[in-house]
Order: sequence, then structure tokens, then C-alpha cells
Amino acid sequence: MSFDYLWTGFGVALQPQNLLYGLMGCFLGTIIGALPAIGPINGIALLLPIAFAAKLPPESTMILLAAVYYGAEYGGRIASILLNVPGDAGAVMTAVDGYPAARQGRAAEALTISALSSFVGGILAVVGLTFFAPALGLIAIKFGPAEYVALIVFAFATLASMVGHEPVKTLIGCTLGLLLTTVGLDPTSGAYRFTFDQPELHDGIEFIILVIGLFSISEVLLMLEHQFAGNLKPIPVGRGFPSWADIKACFWPTLRSSASGFVIGVLPGTGASVASAVAYTTEKRLLDRGTFGKGDLRGVAAPEAANNAAAGGAFVPMLTLGVPGSGTTAVMLGALMLYNITPGPQLFTERPEIAGGLIASMYVGNVLLLLLNIPLIGLFARMLQVPNIWLIPAIVVLSILGVYTAYSSVLSVLIMLGIGVVGWALRKLGFDLAPVVLGFVLGKVLETNLRNALAISGGDPSILLGSTISIVLWIAAAMIVVLPWWLARRRAQQRPLQEVQGAAALE
Amino acid sequence: MRTIAKKKARRGLLVLAATAVLATAAAAAPEKTECLVGAKPGGGFDLTCRLAANALTAAKLIDRPMAVTYMEGGVGAVAYNHVVGTRPGDAGLVTAASSGSALLLAQKKFGNHDADAVRWVASVSADYGIVAVAADSPYKTLKDLVEAFRKAPGDFPIGGGGAVGSQDWMKAAVLAKAAGIPAKTIRYVALEGGGAVQTNLQGGFIKIASGDASEMVANHKAGKIRILAVMADQRLPGDLAEVPTAREQGFDLVWPIWRGFYVGPKVSDADYAWWVETFRKLTATPEFRKEREARGLYAFDELGAAFDATVKKDVRRFRELAREAGL
Repeated sequence: MSFDYLWTGFGVALQPQNLLYGLMGCFLGTIIGALPAIGPINGIALLLPIAFAAKLPPESTMILLAAVYYGAEYGGRIASILLNVPGDAGAVMTAVDGYPAARQGRAAEALTISALSSFVGGILAVVGLTFFAPALGLIAIKFGPAEYVALIVFAFATLASMVGHEPVKTLIGCTLGLLLTTVGLDPTSGAYRFTFDQPELHDGIEFIILVIGLFSISEVLLMLEHQFAGNLKPIPVGRGFPSWADIKACFWPTLRSSASGFVIGVLPGTGASVASAVAYTTEKRLLDRGTFGKGDLRGVAAPEAANNAAAGGAFVPMLTLGVPGSGTTAVMLGALMLYNITPGPQLFTERPEIAGGLIASMYVGNVLLLLLNIPLIGLFARMLQVPNIWLIPAIVVLSILGVYTAYSSVLSVLIMLGIGVVGWALRKLGFDLAPVVLGFVLGKVLETNLRNALAISGGDPSILLGSTISIVLWIAAAMIVVLPWWLARRRAQQRPLQEVQGAAALE
Repeated sequence: MRTIAKKKARRGLLVLAATAVLATAAAAAPEKTECLVGAKPGGGFDLTCRLAANALTAAKLIDRPMAVTYMEGGVGAVAYNHVVGTRPGDAGLVTAASSGSALLLAQKKFGNHDADAVRWVASVSADYGIVAVAADSPYKTLKDLVEAFRKAPGDFPIGGGGAVGSQDWMKAAVLAKAAGIPAKTIRYVALEGGGAVQTNLQGGFIKIASGDASEMVANHKAGKIRILAVMADQRLPGDLAEVPTAREQGFDLVWPIWRGFYVGPKVSDADYAWWVETFRKLTATPEFRKEREARGLYAFDELGAAFDATVKKDVRRFRELAREAGL
């Protein structure tokens, strides 16, 4: 394959005005990502009419919008780490270790590590996009409903590593998430479930409403509680840059998570949230010696690398098949159509300045984001010193405002607040909130695809094992559940034996 | 019953009055215009609003650019309730709708309101249903496909971008009816939008795709899928000109998907007439035609009373189809 389009693209992306749009997009995206409730999709929706009205050429618009998109994946981590409030869907897992790290005074380190791993994930995804886009487009086609079922079961299996010391609570949390996905339009039969005649509930509970309620509102309630109990410990700001040993420890988790995140991002229907969940839980399974969940920086690096790689991966089906890989790329496809450009297989040959400009701008954009983010880390980390009297109202206002702007409905705000109170109660009872969110994210995809697979086969479940991809994923899922348990048992059995042999060797 | 009849008569008079006003002079333009999208950005409603907003400005029919706002929920249900309940008299507000809205009204999925709850202004474009197969499928004509489908319905999972009861499902159901297969027994696969329908068709997971022309035309042109028939009353212009209609192939399947607008129920006759007149002028301009073609959409201009009749006819037709299919 020829890379002429890419050289054309760099020519386009490095033009001064396009560099400027890229920088603007990166900056706006970081802010949009950092603010809870406003995700990249809202940011793009706001910018698109402005770009169109300003008569920007299509390649400039795409560069601007793409920069907002991956900028938001960088920004999402900030509120996750500092406040335990995920800024967007992909940043939920970042909070699991990032927030404890911040409480220990390592906020700046966590922010730096996550900026670096975001950069690696982002760059590797663009490299993947450059070299393998056409081949990867084919993967998206090979995934039918049955293959998605196997993939989600695999994701659930990696979740088993989240179980930790309280498996029942993890399972309850996950089930709560699954239950919440049943609200709204039944994707197969078209019936409304648990909607109580409220049109706001017809589409189900929105992910962002769940996340904001569960995380930011419950966090605020906890903060208030500590404030009134008077047991609020001041948080040390910490020393800043992570040690070389920390960076080295994060090297392999970042690479592995970038690769898995990219592939999951390529698949339409699974996005940054699934990618970061799989990356985090896989690394926990592989590396955890009791440090994950307590501020392990590898647990920050993995999901951040994965969600940035997934954002890059989502462009593969968009550019090669004309099929959006995520909600945000769906809006970008709409944007291309406004310019009378039909995205799809011919884009690389017919409009190289757009396909190439977009891809080249992603190389440039990731470098810009890293340069933009590193100097700001000190400033972000200082947010921890904002007194609660300002911080708490600010979080509440942003949460309510964000939900109301996105859905223009008071009911949505009330649901968000209600979920917040439930989230607070769950946390008081010692539940982890991540399994709730994961159950919710995976549940929808699982239900739709399971029912579609069975619709194709006319109810015959053997379709679930009908392809090599499915079988491999099922075996991987089984292994991820059974292997650690089996290894632990073997180790326990072999230890006495080795000790005897060791003693013999010494003699 | 009598009150409904009365209401209908009154509505008819209103429409007549509106046409009368129209014939003389239309009211002044509303100060601020806004187009409400009852969904997330990027979908069909968004496209409809932007089509209007861009072309209205380009054709200089409004002085200040039209704002496009979003209110998602229930594929337009939240927006419908909002217009009827909160802003029934807002003369500057038009809301995007499609035949999908008529379908949801027919299924009583817009809350307690029916199609009479708003004032239907104009349709501005249409898309048409299509039947497609994968590029490597042995079937080259709709007739071949229907023959094979009739013999072994279990071998033909049909995919569409919506749940049972959606327009894609209904198109699949009328196709099945043409093949003599009861709609309830088809293997319908409810996928997430037209993009997923096309990847599943290329991957061989579904054998027949039920979709819309505009979303499928690019992959048809690229040779990845094959559109066997368009569900239009005559051949479509442009890239699909060589694809015969279903009717040409002996099947009476016509499925236009119109896109248009409504205003609130308490918008005055003068303002309603202004909108109708504005859309009449708009759809005649070359700027508008260019915008419409750019979006892969086809002409379907119905204004005022004619459009109102089309919407209500569709609601009845959908209700009938759903009843026949046993929903």
C-alpha cells in the first residue's frame, strides 16, 4: 500500500492554520474531558456548527474535531485522579487507582504517568491506524453478534480479577449495573421496559447520568460527611515527577493496554469504557500483589493508555468502512456528510487530504497534548488545595449543569441525584462502584448481541461457538478465570516438593 | 367521538384559513428562529435541521442564522412533549420529524399525544427503503431473492437498524409478505443503526439488509454490498439510477421515508403560514437542492395541508401494518 496520502496529510496538518486548529482542539478537548458531564460528543456537537458557519475547509474541521476527541481522552483523567469524578466514559477505571494515589500526595505523579501513557496509547493507535487500517477494517466485519457475545463474556471474565476480597459485593455491584441496563427501549422487541410512561426514560438511563451520580454526587456526600465529622486530613501535594522506577514499571502495562485498547476501539459497539476496563482488569490479574486499588501507578497507566488507543481505533471503521466506531465518530461522520464527503473505502484515494490530514494531525495532536499537559500538571494538582467550601458547590453545580445541558430535562437531573444517594449508600456499605459501571457498560452490548445471535440461528445456541474468533475468545475467558486459581493451587502443592529438592541440592 | 370530529373539522378550517392567508400575504418572520433536534447530534433529525438551517441562510430567507438545538430522548418523544407542553406557541421554533415519528405516533409511543397535537408544516426531502444483499451473494434480482427466501425462510436472517416495530422491521415484514411468509416467523436481527447492518451483511451474518438508500449508497458504489431494489415509485436519480424499483420487478413495495418539520399547536395561523410559505420558497431554490443532494436525499416537497394529510395517512398505514403483523 502506498503512503502518498500520509505525506499529503502531513503537508495539510502542518499548515499554520491547521496547526492552530489542532492546538485549539487539544486545549478545548482537555477542558471538555476534565469537566464531568460534558463528553467529547457534546464538545463536537457544539463546535461543528461553529466550524461550519466559519466556512472552514473540511480537513480543518476534521482536524479540529478529532483533536477535541482525543484531547478529551487526555482530559478525562484529571478529575478522575483528583476528585474521583470521572470526566468521561473512558476515565472510570482511572479513578480506581488514581484517586487513592492523589490522597497519598502522589497526584502530580499520577497525572504525569497518565499523560505519558495517554501519549503512548494515542501514538501507537495512530501508528496502527496508518499501517493496518485496511486490514483492521476487515476485523470489524468478522465480528458478528455471536463474536461480540464471546468478547463481552471475555470482558466479564477479566472482571473476575476485580472480585478481590469481597466477591459477593463485586457480584452484587455488577448485577446492579446489569439491572440498570434493562431500563428503556428493548433493543430487539421494541417494547419499553421500566419507563413508567416517562419519555425521558425511553432511551434508558444514560451512561453519563449514571457515572456522574455514582461518582461525583456520592463523592460530594462523603466529603460533606467528613467535613462535618471534622476528620478531614489535609492532602499533601507531593513532589511531582514520577521516579524512573515508576516509569519503568509502567512500560509493559502501557504497551499491552495500548494494543488491547486499540483492537477494542476498532470494533464498532465497544469503546473507550470497555477498553479501559479490560486493560485495567487484565493488568490487575497479571501484576497485582495487593497494591492495585490502593494507588498503584500501573493501574493508572493501563486504562489511560487503553482509552486513548481506543479513541484512535474508533477511526479505523470510520475511515475504512464508513461505519462509526463510537458515538463521537458517528457525529464526525455526520460532519463529513455536511461537506458532501461520503466516508468509506474510497476516502483514502479520492480525498487523500482529508484521510491523510486527519491521520497526520493525530500524530501532531498527541505531541501537542503531551506538551500542553505536562506543564499544567502542577496547576491541576493544586486543585486539591481548593478548600471544600468552594470545591463541593462547584462539583454539584457542574454535575447538575452538565446533565441539564445535555438532556434538558429535570427528570434526568433527579435521576442523577437519586443515583448519587444510592452510590453514597453503597460506598458506605463497602461496595466498589467500578463493577456497577462495568456491568452497565457490558450488559447492554451483551444483551443486544446475544439476542441478535439467537435471532440469526433461530434460537440455536451453537451459533455462539460457530467461528474461530468466538472459540478463541471463549477459551481465553475460561483461562482467565481458571488459570490463576489453578496456578495458585499448583504452587501450593509444589512448594513442599521444591523445598525438599532444594535441600537435597544443597547437600 | 363528536368532539373529535368537531376538532378535525376545526383543524380543517384552520388549514383552509392558513392557505387563504398564504394566498394573500404571509406574516413577518419570527424574530428568532430555532430548529429542535429530538435526538443526539449526528443523526437524521440533526441532518434535517442543518439542511433547513444552512439552506434558509444561504437563500437569504431569514436574516439571522437559525439556531440548531438538541433534546434527545425516545427518538423525538421528549421533544414532541416539550413542544406540545412547554412551548406550544413559540412561533420561531420548528422541530424536525420523519416518517419514524409517524410510526411512533401510530404505536402511541409519544406519550398521550397523537398526530393532531402539533401543526405539520412541510416535508423537505425523502429517503427510500432498499433491499440489499452482500456483494458475493448469488442473488442478482429481487425476484431471485424472494424465490429463494420463500423456499427456505430459515436460511435468510434479515437485518435492520431498529427494533421489531421499527421502519426497517416493517420493510422486512412487507418483503416477507410479498414472499408469502408470515412476518412473525422471519429471523429479524435488530442491529444498532445502518452502519452495523452493512458490516453484518459484509460479514455474512445476515443475508438480507433492510435499510435506507442514502446510508447504503456508498458501499453499493464501492462494490461491497449490492442493492437489489429501491422501494420508490420510480427510479432514483444519481448513483442508484441503474437499480430497478421493486415495482419494476413485480413487487408492490414502496417505502418513502420523508423528513419534515412541525410547529407547536398554539402557533398562530399567520406564523404557520409564514413557515409554509418560507419552506415553499426554500424548496424551490438551487441552494436548497444542492444541500439536499449533498446529503444523498431525494425530492419530497409537501406543504401545509398536503403534508398534514400525508402524516396522518402514514399514521393510519403504520397502525394497520402493525395490526396485520400481530404487534
